[in-house]
Amino acid sequence: MIRDITIGQFYPVDSQIHRLDARVKLTMTFIFIITLFMVNSFIGYFFVVTALLAVIKVSKVPIKFMLKGIKSIMIIIIFTAVINLFMTRGEHILWQWGFLSITLEGVFLALKMCIRLVLLIIGSSVLTLTTTPIQLTDGIEFMLRPFKKIGVPAHEIAMMMTIALRFIPTLLDETDKIMKAQQARGADFDTGNLMQKAKSLIPILVPLFISAFRRAEELAMAMEARCYHGDENRTRMNRMIMQRRDYRALMIGLVYIVAILGLRYLPHLFPFII
Amino acid sequence: MSIKINHLTHIYNSGTAFEKKALDDVSIEIKKGEFVGLIGHTGSGKSTLIQHLNGIIAPTQGEILLDGENIHKDKAKLKEVRRRIGLAFQYPEYQLFEMTVYKDVAFGPTNMQLSKEEIHANVVSALETVGIAPELYEKSPFELSGGQKRRVAIAGVLAMNPEVLILDEPTAGLDPKGRDEILQAIKRLHEERGITVILVSHSMEDVAKLVERIIVMHEGKISMVGTPKEVFRHVEMLESIGLAAPQVSYVFTALKEKGYDVPLDVYTVEEAKKVLLDFVKQVSV
Repeated sequence: MIRDITIGQFYPVDSQIHRLDARVKLTMTFIFIITLFMVNSFIGYFFVVTALLAVIKVSKVPIKFMLKGIKSIMIIIIFTAVINLFMTRGEHILWQWGFLSITLEGVFLALKMCIRLVLLIIGSSVLTLTTTPIQLTDGIEFMLRPFKKIGVPAHEIAMMMTIALRFIPTLLDETDKIMKAQQARGADFDTGNLMQKAKSLIPILVPLFISAFRRAEELAMAMEARCYHGDENRTRMNRMIMQRRDYRALMIGLVYIVAILGLRYLPHLFPFII
Repeated sequence: MSIKINHLTHIYNSGTAFEKKALDDVSIEIKKGEFVGLIGHTGSGKSTLIQHLNGIIAPTQGEILLDGENIHKDKAKLKEVRRRIGLAFQYPEYQLFEMTVYKDVAFGPTNMQLSKEEIHANVVSALETVGIAPELYEKSPFELSGGQKRRVAIAGVLAMNPEVLILDEPTAGLDPKGRDEILQAIKRLHEERGITVILVSHSMEDVAKLVERIIVMHEGKISMVGTPKEVFRHVEMLESIGLAAPQVSYVFTALKEKGYDVPLDVYTVEEAKKVLLDFVKQVSV
């Protein structure tokens, strides 16, 4: 159950996608997310899904792993779908009961929103599953650099993210251990009403918070002991250098954007071709 | 009550890149009232094995029989299994969460839905066994010292009156005084209450001193079983899997090499003292 959360978990295999520069992958993910909201036809989504499947195939990460991320936000997806389904006004009313109504437009909108959310999660999972947290935050730091002039603490943000990402699996393991320890003392997390279930979380949350604070303190000390003092004059062990494959990936990204734009605007400019 | 493990295999993250076989066809029986030591290198599968014994994790293959009955047969009985087989994890003090020592120890018995009187009796007797003084009962567990915290956490398992007590590295990270206190408490438990104890440890000295039978694990398999004398005889074998014999036995090996006629199967300091004194007497006569 607790191991189903895949966000921020790197999947260690070697593939073309894994080897790409983190900055390229970040850019592509960003483009991918924007295009998700530009596409508004089912042909367009078909194209996006095909492209995403191709990337997943190349990344060698089992698709099962990508889908795991969706499970944890299922409630949000269902909620969005229900809201869109009932709240969209339209001409073609399919069903009505009091102020609730389902319209054809609503059905389509709900469907589209679901597709968007699912693709959004899978698309960002591709990024986190194929990029080590260190590479990822290095990439983010680089991308944020232009904003330093207006006071964005790029390095500090990146460092905080590195640490946060680094500790997700640790805290998950910790939670797992604490849950087991309390289960061994007869704790029951699955039965009872909402109130009892909430109460049964206390024996997990208290030790978890204590250990998180303890770890934070230890880490801060260890960093200070090694003279960490932020961004000034800091050099890197792994410098990011763009390779040929990175430029090639960017070219593919460009083709992808053109295709999306084409799918979106060509039918308007030349209505006779489709 | 006996625990029987039949062809137990456990695979973590089956079917992914993280797949790991932690246990590989393990079979062993632990009899009532035994004091068993479980030793093995880090990652040898000790922790995975003991977590199976009270049903915290389910086997990938194989079964665990408690008095002849598969513990996973009836999910409703799992809670009862967990009461009968008390499991204290490594660093058990990280499970403490209550406002007072007393309440924390009472967490287990309360979950077992015992009566108020029973809970009180169990809590007090458990805290007495591990040597926590009554004036500490109403203190916050977070105010205690490391050794005290650990004893309170072990008392939290004991308070359920288990018939079998499994301890995973109960002395890890403690100072010598804390270590002795815990080991004393465990020894007392075994002798006075006659409960079965399974002790997972890295310390060959502790194991040699306390247990009646040793199970050696290596890469998910049981590589040796026997009394301390039988197991520690195979020093090369133990060293090849990242373990060692108790330090005392190396002293005796060194003495033998120097030409003194001493026995080689001496594993505890007490025994060594006796043997050496006898030896010195004999020589001087």
